[in-house]
Amino acid sequence: MKPKRVKFAFFLDLESAYKTLLRNKIRSFLTILGIIIGVGSVIATIGIGQGASKAIQNSINSMGSNMLIILPGSSSLGGINSGFGVLPTLTLNDVYAIRKLSSVRTDTAILGMSQQVIWRGNNWSTLIMGADSTFPIVRKWPVAKGVFFTPQQVASAANVAVIGNTAATELFGLINPIGHIIIIHSVPFTVIGLLSIKGFNAFGQDQDDTVIIPITTMMEKIAGTTWVHAIAVSAKTQKDTVTAQSQITQLLRQRHHIPINKPNDFFVRNLTEIAQAANSSAATFTILLASIAAVSLLVGGIGIMNIMLVSVTERTKEIGIRMAIGAKKSDILKQFLIESAVLSLFGGLLGITLGFGISSAISAFSPLKTVVTAEPIIISVVFSLCVGIFFGFYPAYKASRMNPVEALRYE
Amino acid sequence: MANSYDITGKDPLIRLENIGMIYKIGDISYEVLKGINLTVENGEFVSIMGASGSGKSTLMNILGCLDKPTSGNYFLEGRDVSKLTPDELAEIRNKKIGFVFQGFNLIQRLSILENVMLPLYYAGLHSKDSEEMALNALKLVDLSEKVNKFPNQISGGEQQRVAIARAVVNDAPIIMADEPTGNLDSVRGADVMNFFEKINAERGATIILVTHDKHVADYAKRLITVKDGIILSSETI
Repeated sequence: MKPKRVKFAFFLDLESAYKTLLRNKIRSFLTILGIIIGVGSVIATIGIGQGASKAIQNSINSMGSNMLIILPGSSSLGGINSGFGVLPTLTLNDVYAIRKLSSVRTDTAILGMSQQVIWRGNNWSTLIMGADSTFPIVRKWPVAKGVFFTPQQVASAANVAVIGNTAATELFGLINPIGHIIIIHSVPFTVIGLLSIKGFNAFGQDQDDTVIIPITTMMEKIAGTTWVHAIAVSAKTQKDTVTAQSQITQLLRQRHHIPINKPNDFFVRNLTEIAQAANSSAATFTILLASIAAVSLLVGGIGIMNIMLVSVTERTKEIGIRMAIGAKKSDILKQFLIESAVLSLFGGLLGITLGFGISSAISAFSPLKTVVTAEPIIISVVFSLCVGIFFGFYPAYKASRMNPVEALRYE
Repeated sequence: MANSYDITGKDPLIRLENIGMIYKIGDISYEVLKGINLTVENGEFVSIMGASGSGKSTLMNILGCLDKPTSGNYFLEGRDVSKLTPDELAEIRNKKIGFVFQGFNLIQRLSILENVMLPLYYAGLHSKDSEEMALNALKLVDLSEKVNKFPNQISGGEQQRVAIARAVVNDAPIIMADEPTGNLDSVRGADVMNFFEKINAERGATIILVTHDKHVADYAKRLITVKDGIILSSETI
């Protein structure tokens, strides 16, 4: 009867390594403490870093997705430079031309001014904004009730308005504003939609204190101008914001007939760039913390090597016995490598638990919400395994090179 | 070819040709074995006797493929094993030779059964069948009741019987025993020696026993005396 070969030798090795390490619980624990602290701090710091960059991302995203803002240029007359937005250089035709660019999802003209709004006996001074029907997409700002105005309503300069939550509360109180007529600058408007609540912007302005009307209506019936204050552009993807910036610059220079040696009569601001700058400073901070953590992993690895060397010396006799009954060099090497790998993997797993604990504690007791993703966990597991194998190799190699006669003689 | 075969076409189990062993410690060299010639046939029960320093332990290490001679050739079943690599020697120890040492040399962390299964594990066998082989070997030395105990839970005599079970589990043709009764009292010692006789008689295993104890050596059928690195005499008892 010939016994059959079974494939699960690796699990036997694993089990044997596990048992060996359990026999020296305290020593094993102290050995992997470095790895535990290292991995724990890697997970925690990356969690903090990702939480911070997510917070930045969120506040930038609330302004609009992949957004660029185009403002009219400043004038320079007789050595006196005026500020942004005073030149009447941006027109609705610019808006429609930009919308055709390959990198642009859509855009909207914006023309705003403060006006008194009247409904029955109430009146309220608020920001009246002329915008295109694409406004909810560009600003990521949908209506909560009713509808936003259509391209047809923009084309026909219809007297319709979509009202922000703060303005609605001030004018209508608890009454549903939809369907009511409000008066702006002596012109009646039908309220057709209520915007969802957007909150305050980064400068502390209440973004909900506004009434939005079609840009054409705004230009013809309220402001009486042929140019717009700003164009808000939504690029197709975050990457496209850079392309969009150069495409828009090129297009507008062409449309405005600006000679090569003259400066732009407009400004293009890329909000994603600002977000990326903020993100990269958060990333630098994370890298700094993570490298400190990596050093402690390295120290942990050296601790493992030290203990494995002790363990190999202690078990010289055992190595001799195993060699005498037929263990090859590779068998001995494998035995000790598996042992150190199991040791550091254990450290890694405990470290992940610790890191999770620290992350949740920070989330619970501070305003920062940490984000622990799968990535640092996988990296930690792989890294601690590698640390174990790398630092376990020399002791294991030393064990495998022993002379069986001398090893057997060892007491 | 280093592998030379007997002209009769039948090789002896072991043939040592002019084996020499020189140890160098610093600038001084010690010639421990000075041209040993020895033939052991299959199924023999041989004891090697000699005082300490006679070279009998070195001879046993070479016979057991734990060490390589400085000069000469060692033919095991016709194959020259004196120039093999450490891994090739490990395989020969695993398949052809079972060891029983004076100090039992069991692995304390492993159970009796696991200790006996270890040579099978290194042979690449690990299954229910290898467990059965180990249980059979333990039955041979009357230890079926203690398979799940650990070495420190049984007596010295029992530990040595576990070592015998471990030596025979792979059906190795050669059992090498180095002072197997050295750590045991005379009753336990006799007990262990009876098992060697049994293995020799029932399994046909060749037994090579190294000892300095005349009473132990007397269990063998041939007595080889080593002195100062040479074979002094070889007599059939």
